[in-house]
Amino acid sequence: MTQEISTTTVFAQQLSRWFGARGAVLEINLELKKGEVLGFLGPNGAGKTTTMRMLTGNLAPSAGSISICGIDLLDKPKAAKQLIGYLPEDPPLYRELNVDEYLTLAARLHRVAKSALKNTLEQAKRRCGLNEVGKQLIGSLSRGYQQRVGIAQAIIHNPEVVILDEPTVGLDPIQMREIRTLIRELGGTHSVILCTHILPEVESVCDRVVIMHQGKSVYSGSIEALRQMREGHSLQLGLRNPPPSAQLQVAGVSAVEKIADTLFNIQYTLGADPSEALVKAAAAQDWGLYQINRQQASLEDVFVQLTQQE
Amino acid sequence: MNAMIFTLAAKELKSLFASPLAWIVLAILQLILAWIFLSRLDTFLLLQPQLVQLNQPPGATEVVTAPLFGSAAVLMMMAVPLLSMRLIAEERRNQTMPLLLSAPLSMTEIIIGKFIGLMLFLAALIGLSGLMALSLYAGTAALDLGLLAGNLLGLLLISACYAALGLYVSCLTSHPALAAIGALGALLGLWVINVAPGTPESLFHWFSLLKHFESFNRGLIDSADLAFLLLFTLTFLALAIQRLDADRLRG
Repeated sequence: MTQEISTTTVFAQQLSRWFGARGAVLEINLELKKGEVLGFLGPNGAGKTTTMRMLTGNLAPSAGSISICGIDLLDKPKAAKQLIGYLPEDPPLYRELNVDEYLTLAARLHRVAKSALKNTLEQAKRRCGLNEVGKQLIGSLSRGYQQRVGIAQAIIHNPEVVILDEPTVGLDPIQMREIRTLIRELGGTHSVILCTHILPEVESVCDRVVIMHQGKSVYSGSIEALRQMREGHSLQLGLRNPPPSAQLQVAGVSAVEKIADTLFNIQYTLGADPSEALVKAAAAQDWGLYQINRQQASLEDVFVQLTQQE
Repeated sequence: MNAMIFTLAAKELKSLFASPLAWIVLAILQLILAWIFLSRLDTFLLLQPQLVQLNQPPGATEVVTAPLFGSAAVLMMMAVPLLSMRLIAEERRNQTMPLLLSAPLSMTEIIIGKFIGLMLFLAALIGLSGLMALSLYAGTAALDLGLLAGNLLGLLLISACYAALGLYVSCLTSHPALAAIGALGALLGLWVINVAPGTPESLFHWFSLLKHFESFNRGLIDSADLAFLLLFTLTFLALAIQRLDADRLRG
């Protein structure tokens, strides 16, 4: 039992939140272990941000319980909040302060001891690549740098749990990669909850994923299972001299749909990939194959699949 | 006081001085007060020959300083809403509230920290007008320091009332301008609330804020007035804390 408490960092049970008659979050269960990176996926309005706000004590849940490292967030908010670092969707930045002043304030508010302040500040700045802009006003920084200041603010007190709500929005691809590297790095020692609607982001950094839809959790499991789901089961085939559709019905193919004159969409049953058979047939019968690619299910497709399963 | 409150107060003070608004309010207020001070001093010098013939002539402090602080109390009523409007409303508008709400702080610490930050600014403002009054030492050694201290204390207490009310109104909205107008409206309302009632024992007099400053203005520290001003401040601070907590519940 003690073992469990020490490794479980976030434990939320039957978490619900109603806004009037509208249920924004309905009976979400969450468990996060130390060192894990949990991806939180969902379309806009799925209740991700509401859940994050509840987990960080910004919003009181209508029902359910949350504990952070075994400390109840609702009973002992101060002790629990001390263990959380939170970057909301809009980074909470004071534009009139410079980066050093702001991060010092964030550290002080999280009770970082005065003697440790300088080191903490240096470390957070180094991790987020903010060394050169320490004396600049936050209001004058670019969106990408502001985002980094937001992340620095969330990790400055070395929290057990880091909760990042869409941390890579508005960043350029290089910055995105840096931030993802940083998140993976954080995942080694802290628990991270990454809230996003970008599927590749989740695939590249997360160990586990929770998918929310209309306030409910529709999927919760490993990233591997999601990947399989995402692979889908359709092919796009381009043929210059297309044969009648019936001839494309090789083994494993469940349906053939003609999209354009030379373009076909081929559905197949899971596990029975007909690509090889189709390529062979195309070569033998001179169909003029110029394109074949496996259709990866988009995030929406995964959602549709998941919500239809419900 | 705990360190969190102090950290927040220091931040608030820094933000105030980082905005041109605070400097402008400070400059204009000092200018107007200096003008009033000068005109009262003129009156005093003009009347002095007649005053000395009186049995118990009023001194420079009574003629110059008391009206100066009386005007200051009214001017502060206009100025404080402009300074208090940002306290919570702007945090909401700029989406910076989550920084405070996810930090290990209680709502009480947030409100008190912000209140103290603003009060430090107002204390500096009041201190400057105190220096103005002390400059009378250049002409006379007979300053009534008790009267001056009473006025300063009264001004500080009534400013605390303005600030607490302004802070509460700022908690109600996410538009600083609305917060300023709301607070100004409420304060003006509390000023003129006793215009109509003829009887001096009417309850309306009790709720007139400036009425409770009058005894301080005469150099009198009336415990009833003192208690009223303190209670007024505490009530609105408590309401502000309540309001901020309700936010977390209502979302």
